[in-house]
Amino acid sequence: MSDHSSHSHTASTVHAPTTSAYLTGFVAALVLTIIPFALVALGWFSVGATLIIVAIAGAVQVVVHLRYFLHLDMGEEQRWNTISIAFSAVVMFVLVGGTIWLFYSLHARM
Amino acid sequence: MSTETVGYESDIKHDDEISRASRADTEVNFGFWIYLMSDVILFSMLFVAYLDLSWRTAGGPTSSELFELPLVFAETMALLISSLTFGLAMVAMHAGNRQRVMMWLGVTFGLGLCFISMELYEFNHLVAEGAGPQRSAFLSAFFALVGTHGLHVTAGLIWIAVMIGQIATKGLNAHVVSRMARLSLFWHFLDLVWIAVFSTVYLAGVMQ
Repeated sequence: MSDHSSHSHTASTVHAPTTSAYLTGFVAALVLTIIPFALVALGWFSVGATLIIVAIAGAVQVVVHLRYFLHLDMGEEQRWNTISIAFSAVVMFVLVGGTIWLFYSLHARM
Repeated sequence: MSTETVGYESDIKHDDEISRASRADTEVNFGFWIYLMSDVILFSMLFVAYLDLSWRTAGGPTSSELFELPLVFAETMALLISSLTFGLAMVAMHAGNRQRVMMWLGVTFGLGLCFISMELYEFNHLVAEGAGPQRSAFLSAFFALVGTHGLHVTAGLIWIAVMIGQIATKGLNAHVVSRMARLSLFWHFLDLVWIAVFSTVYLAGVMQ
């Protein structure tokens, strides 16, 4: 355990994450967090425009987290994880989109 | 493929055992990933309930009157930095540095505890103001969504504490390393859900 120089570490980014990768992800996530908070606090743009920027920054930050923190990529080892997250995204889209549509329609009729 | 993942596991001697352990690990991690995906569905339903109910305040306080951005920003930073420190614990684990893994896990635990404390302070504050979950449909949905995330973080904190104990007593053996991989997924996943929470609940909420 103490002598780790003798251990074999062949190339596998999934299993051997690096400090620089985590720092890259962290800085990107930090910027993508500060932008929406600052815009909401400062109120430079209209509510509609700010909401769109908040949504875009949030979506990009989710991708950054998946890539740098959860190490999701299109590689061989990650293929099933990627397929299942794509499937979950479809289910989520149907559930969220369908429910919003349903409620919108319901409120319009009442 | 078989040997690269387990070079630091001193208790596994033979290549075929390593190969078997590695394969079993991949399968167990995939199973855990499927659990996380089911959690995604759970949270998306809580989100959609919140989106529909967020303006049904029953004459009570609205989100823009209740939410305080500085507190939410501090919560967000605590969780985001804890994601980085957990990552550093994983880097230390792959380097076989047991002390450093425990140190970074301790820092992660502390940051998670900060997050939960701030959340409990907020909940307590809201209830004291008469804005508890029973006040309106908006507040019921708010406490259900943010509270569910908070319970997940609490479970993560217990898991981190258990892992620190296991690393202290067992060292970085194959089982501990395997469990750490799942805890890493879980912890980063909670930070990911929080992005959706601060964007849709708090940032959108204060502008309403």
